[in-house]
Amino acid sequence: MSLKLPDAEQLVSALAAQIKPRLDSGTALIGIHTGGAWIAQKLQQQLGLTTPIGLLDISFYRDDFARIGLHPQVKPSNIPFDVEGRRIILVDDVLYTGRTVRAAMNELFDYGRPASIELAVLIDRGGRELPVFARYSGATLELADNQNIELKKDKEDRLSLCLNQT
Amino acid sequence: MHSNPQLSKNGELQHLLTIEGLPATLLTQILDTAQSFIGVTEREVKKLPLLRGKAIFNLFFEPSTRTRTTFEIAAKRLSADVINLNISTSSQSKGETLLDTIDNLEAMHADMFIVRHAQSGAAHLIAQHVAPNVHVINAGDGRHEHPTQALLDMFTIRHYKREFANLRVAIVGDILHSRVARSQIHALTTLGVPELRVIAPKTLLPAGVENLGVHVYHDMQRGLKDVDVVMMLRLQSERMQGPLLPSAQEFFKYYGLTAEKLAAARPDAIVMHPGPMNRGVEIDSSVADGPRSVILPQVTFGIAVRMAVMSILAGN
Repeated sequence: MSLKLPDAEQLVSALAAQIKPRLDSGTALIGIHTGGAWIAQKLQQQLGLTTPIGLLDISFYRDDFARIGLHPQVKPSNIPFDVEGRRIILVDDVLYTGRTVRAAMNELFDYGRPASIELAVLIDRGGRELPVFARYSGATLELADNQNIELKKDKEDRLSLCLNQT
Repeated sequence: MHSNPQLSKNGELQHLLTIEGLPATLLTQILDTAQSFIGVTEREVKKLPLLRGKAIFNLFFEPSTRTRTTFEIAAKRLSADVINLNISTSSQSKGETLLDTIDNLEAMHADMFIVRHAQSGAAHLIAQHVAPNVHVINAGDGRHEHPTQALLDMFTIRHYKREFANLRVAIVGDILHSRVARSQIHALTTLGVPELRVIAPKTLLPAGVENLGVHVYHDMQRGLKDVDVVMMLRLQSERMQGPLLPSAQEFFKYYGLTAEKLAAARPDAIVMHPGPMNRGVEIDSSVADGPRSVILPQVTFGIAVRMAVMSILAGN
């Protein structure tokens, strides 16, 4: 079975269009490492935001640490602005179980108390295991449990989606 | 010996006992993970949930302030429960054997032991004895190794010099009795430092030290010429009056690091010391407190490095 995947760059533009009318001057984007960070970078340019984007690596907050251990390539999180009282849009590539978003919110609260957190994702593939909702989403796809979608970036910084079967 | 006892069958770190025999990829992984922990100290909440609910026992059979405290801070930053045991003043003096002590602590559901012991191989012995889900970190065993000290030293060097590939490094002082030096030599050679020197009087060098891949010098002027990193060692007080040295003053005259001797090194050379320092014996105050000293940053980096080791072990 082959599935026609949407164009990632178009989905980013669609996301930007959804976010734009609800933007205010203090809003900051935080991308979840690595795919979310790429998307946040592009959103920031397309939306003309002046606040630098934040970057979260949620490895230290994963709920499966006891089972699978530490990811060998942990990247430092970097939040170059004050989280306290700020409106934040978390950005990730694929929303699935919701566990990554849970971990990201836990980490974010260790930087301060944001005014609000919303979620923007390129693909919502269903399969939620936690009460997590994406206010902004590029596309909704129905996928089998053994399929997963991966976001890739080429040398020219162009994003694309690819489907993996296990 | 068929394999490295600190690594699992698929090469994952189970215990940290020695630097000797660990691959460069693993050392680099520890340093990279430590780098990620550095940012945590700048946040509002300086704690991570990784080791929540784990019990970590600091087992110090030998006195230590810095190492024990930084391990304790590191474990607390990872949300573990830390129990400090000063064994020299408790059961051992009542005659309990080392492994009986360990059995009792394991019965209290210990998840990790951090061990300092005067006997070389003590941490190794404990690691072979404990259940498979319990991890052991060697915090210094006799004259053998002190792996987390070497790792924090490597982190410090990488922080200031970026790469190991072009460095000239000198280790100065009592190499013979130093577990720190042994771990440093293994770490520096594994990470690819092309020129490693040791500078010491003949009486304070182990036999066959050249076989570890180091160049031996007995003269500071020549040994420090054009080095990028100077790693001083502590001269233990019992060595100051003994058959190996005439006196502490004499040692300082020939091997103590002064601004004058440091002038032979590269202008941007950094000066390191594992502490505690003997000012006026192995290092002059003007150097220890001077602009090229990175001795206090070493202590700070030690927390992140120990967080990295503990969280990698706990996840494996």
